[in-house]
Amino acid sequence: MTLLIALTLFVLAVFLGLELITKVPATLHTPLMSGSNAVSGITLIGALVSAGSDHTMLTTTLGFMAVTLATINVVGGFLVTNRMLSMFAGRKKSRS
Amino acid sequence: MSTPDIISVGYLIAAILFILGLKGLGRPRTAPRGNLMGASGMLLAVLVTMLDQAIISYLALAVALVIGSVVGALLAVKVKMTSMPELVALFNGFGGGASVLVAVASFIEAVELGRSDNQLAIAAAATALIGAVTFTGSVIAFFKLQESLKWSGFTGLPVVRAVILVVSVALVVMVAVQPDTRAWLWALVAVGLILGVISTVAIGGADMPVVIALLNAFSGVAASTTGFVLDNPLLIIAGSLVGASGLILTQIMCTAMNRSIFEVIFSETPAAAAGGRDDSDVYGDRVTSTSAEEVAMLLEVADRVVIVPGYGLAVAQAQHAVRDLMTSLEASGKEVVFGIHPVAGRMPGHMNVLLAEAEIGYEHLFDMDQVNPTFSETDVTIVIGANDVVNPAARNDPSSPIAGMPILDVDESRTVVVIKRSLSPGFAGIANPLFAADNALMLFGDGKQAVIDIAAALVTV
Repeated sequence: MTLLIALTLFVLAVFLGLELITKVPATLHTPLMSGSNAVSGITLIGALVSAGSDHTMLTTTLGFMAVTLATINVVGGFLVTNRMLSMFAGRKKSRS
Repeated sequence: MSTPDIISVGYLIAAILFILGLKGLGRPRTAPRGNLMGASGMLLAVLVTMLDQAIISYLALAVALVIGSVVGALLAVKVKMTSMPELVALFNGFGGGASVLVAVASFIEAVELGRSDNQLAIAAAATALIGAVTFTGSVIAFFKLQESLKWSGFTGLPVVRAVILVVSVALVVMVAVQPDTRAWLWALVAVGLILGVISTVAIGGADMPVVIALLNAFSGVAASTTGFVLDNPLLIIAGSLVGASGLILTQIMCTAMNRSIFEVIFSETPAAAAGGRDDSDVYGDRVTSTSAEEVAMLLEVADRVVIVPGYGLAVAQAQHAVRDLMTSLEASGKEVVFGIHPVAGRMPGHMNVLLAEAEIGYEHLFDMDQVNPTFSETDVTIVIGANDVVNPAARNDPSSPIAGMPILDVDESRTVVVIKRSLSPGFAGIANPLFAADNALMLFGDGKQAVIDIAAALVTV
């Protein structure tokens, strides 16, 4: 991937993100934040390659720590978002 | 299809799932599905990455994945809803920290293989700096939210911060100029970690929602720059999406406080700017204090009641007591709604999550624009643990440090009951003329106990 293509992806994705999330009701501010935060744990896939490529002890150790931290971020982030959202949904059901 | 092709197609599908997931998270009805789509995208991305031929040892990966999953799941399931801001901050920090580690590891590997160039070095430097700031910044925010960290910096902190900022920019340049020297990058990580600490340590409570939203954006940007290091399009796309959504939330929070992001991070708190004013000219002897019984009598004859929650409600854990009060008021045919200021609490949407935990329905939660026109038809407004967001000085007094900040116009209702421990000022450090207003009554005490007392008094009225 050339730098120009990478930059194109970056700029387009930023614009897409800005367009996607314009009007978010206050109720969803926290779930949106924790859900998108879990998505930012995508760095996990980079961590997997660093930890698994067995280059040197140092890079493997750094990669190992990165996989652990990113997995906590991803698993915890999606689960806690789900917990919050089911709190909203469960309440709605019990009322109707 | 060759393996690299399978990986690429997998990443493309994952990117689409992230886009649809984030879109779904923006609407109440689609939010649970959106979250699920995001999680599926992540799972797919991890699975196809395992096919990568660069990965030759799976044991360490499995161990790290299991540890991370167990810790993450335990934290997510066990934590109390009232500790949600801390947890979100902590997860955020872990994401930033992971990006730093990946960028450093890849950079070292590239240097050792003689493949390092300026582009890779600049991307690694940006990740190291942004990720390190996100990591320590989030950890400090975590401790501040837990209230286990009282230290709020030292005088001259802005100067030190400016110096460190200059040093870090210089180090980025050094990494870029000498892409085959590892020491510069390590130094940059260290400086970034310090910068994260001193940028967040002085930030006061009410600025927290802005900071949490901004750190969220940073963690996305760090993931995105990691994508530049690894030449990985999925990291670039997913990271920028998160960066953009975090930026929008930050913007919403800033607008709600009438402060720019620059002011939040670089300026002194408004309290410091206001200086030690004497409150006696604001309050004089015009403050009327009341009792739970008197409030119950007011509520007894009211038709419409608005409850305005603030951070004090979270501290007092009063959400269930408030729900019980609401239920008994509704049982006697009164309309009860909650008026929620966008920056009430310590993270974006904090009050909504707290009230949802107490099973208070969506239809009762009004945001600022919905509730403000209705105060003039409201008989009793109960303010619980909120202060600056209901301070009429923001509207009336151009010299006030919070002048221009949008507020909830609670003073327009017939009677305002303010439940508060004392007359002490809120985060902005300024007196609140509302407390001395003719239609305002102060009910001094713990938020939860006061609400329980009112509910009990309602029964006996």
